Amino acid sequence: MHDTLATRFPGGVVTLDTASEPAVRVRPADIVAVATFCKTDPALRFECLSNQSGVDYPKRDEIEVVYHLFSYALRQALVLKVGVARDHPRLATVSAVWRTAIWQEREIFDLLGVDFVGHPDLRRVLLPEDWVGHPLRKDYVEPESYHGISTKRESML
Amino acid sequence: MSSIGGVEVDVVRDGIAAEEMTLNMGPQHPSTHGVLRFVVKADGEVMREAIPDVGYLHRSIEKIAEKVGYHGFMPYTDRIDYVAAMPCNQGWAMVCEKLAGIEVPRRGEYCRVIAVELNRISSHLIAVGTMGMDIGAFTPFTHALREREHINNLMEELCGARLTFSYMRIGGVAYDLPPGWVAKAKHFLDRFEPLIEEYNDLISFNKIYVERLIHVAVISAADAIDYNLVGPNLRGSGVKFDVRKDLPYSIYPELQFDVPIGTGERGTLGDCFDRYMVRIREMQESIKILRQCLDGIPEGPVLGKVPRKFKPPVGDAYVRIEAARGDMGWYCVSDGTDYPYRVRVRTGSFAAMSIVDHLSPGLMIADLIAVIASLDVVAPEVDR
Repeated sequence: MHDTLATRFPGGVVTLDTASEPAVRVRPADIVAVATFCKTDPALRFECLSNQSGVDYPKRDEIEVVYHLFSYALRQALVLKVGVARDHPRLATVSAVWRTAIWQEREIFDLLGVDFVGHPDLRRVLLPEDWVGHPLRKDYVEPESYHGISTKRESML
Repeated sequence: MSSIGGVEVDVVRDGIAAEEMTLNMGPQHPSTHGVLRFVVKADGEVMREAIPDVGYLHRSIEKIAEKVGYHGFMPYTDRIDYVAAMPCNQGWAMVCEKLAGIEVPRRGEYCRVIAVELNRISSHLIAVGTMGMDIGAFTPFTHALREREHINNLMEELCGARLTFSYMRIGGVAYDLPPGWVAKAKHFLDRFEPLIEEYNDLISFNKIYVERLIHVAVISAADAIDYNLVGPNLRGSGVKFDVRKDLPYSIYPELQFDVPIGTGERGTLGDCFDRYMVRIREMQESIKILRQCLDGIPEGPVLGKVPRKFKPPVGDAYVRIEAARGDMGWYCVSDGTDYPYRVRVRTGSFAAMSIVDHLSPGLMIADLIAVIASLDVVAPEVDR
């Protein structure tokens, strides 16, 4: 799988050493091209984006967006990882490739603040529209209150 | 668009003018299966769109995981899908075991599968029961709930809880089967199996019920995969994929069972009725699995040796299990400390909600109820 990708995207994909599924790291600029290729190439046929998530790495100064692809036709899996700058996280949307990304990217935008360029409906999905900040960032500080409702309790019980 | 009496209206069919209505359905609504909201734009009885609004039950469970540690997170997994908490327990345990390379004792695996399959039956009973209720048949719901009570009793005897079990641990399960429990469980299966036929006679093949569900909200296999529908919703569209069979884990490879799929037997492949019937038939398959497990459970410990201070090595793992609402994905990143660096749960209900605004245009408002019921959405599983 890595050879197929490496031939098509010379220098653009790096194999990652993981214990379980094959994983590759992709340049942010290539993500839509790689995603489209993964979906359409007859040897790959990843017609399903099983899981899309984001992980905040302040030490590396990046947010890593992780794509778990799965092929129902060939029963194989592949992980794509893309790092975007923490202070200005922008990445092209893959929602035109897999429509499940419409909602999964909304969640990453909501909880980690990644701006998916070209997304058809990029708004918060789980938190209220007027919420400030992105809770899954490692430096997130919980607000004292929300619309006058305290988020803290005097006692745990 | 044209103007009648100063009001902008859409002119449809033969010049009959109808004003577009915006209806608010939920978040408190008897048919929304928890706290869900839809903003429906309708032309008379026909929907132009139904936009789901979720998040009312968001508790930031993934963030909590980063603060409570590996063992401490287990009770929170119950709250992801409270209708089927056992598979959530199992998903979390399995992703931790994969990170740390832990083996579960065989008796522990049997206990897990027994607990999960019983929970699958009780969850599907809720699904098919509330489906009847949403369509307007209340009696089947009482039959389904009556049987579910028996399972809840068994669960209570097994782990002390009727809903939020926290039965599993990293490395196995917390308690062995209590004395006499296997006989009780078998007795329940003997009693319950013929009742599925009775239930089918009562509602599944009832003409009015069937006609409310056939040809409604047809999802093609390609759309189901594109929107990442999983479990009974995916199989209802004719895709024969079950994580237990196709990406086998635990003791499932040793067990004999079939994977029911939708066939369009009464209407169109992938309609609400197909999704419904898949759940009915999965209960029968779970009974098969349970019989094999209850007969074949080996002796031995149920919990492996796992240190209290659980520190999996640096790395990440993705685990998929077949929960009651389908393929549940658990992604966990470890930084080598005793707190998970990042936990992500990808649930079946979230994907199911994301397809609603694609399905709704052209459906009747009353059919939206059938759609939500047939997708078997559980709100806390959407919101986490």
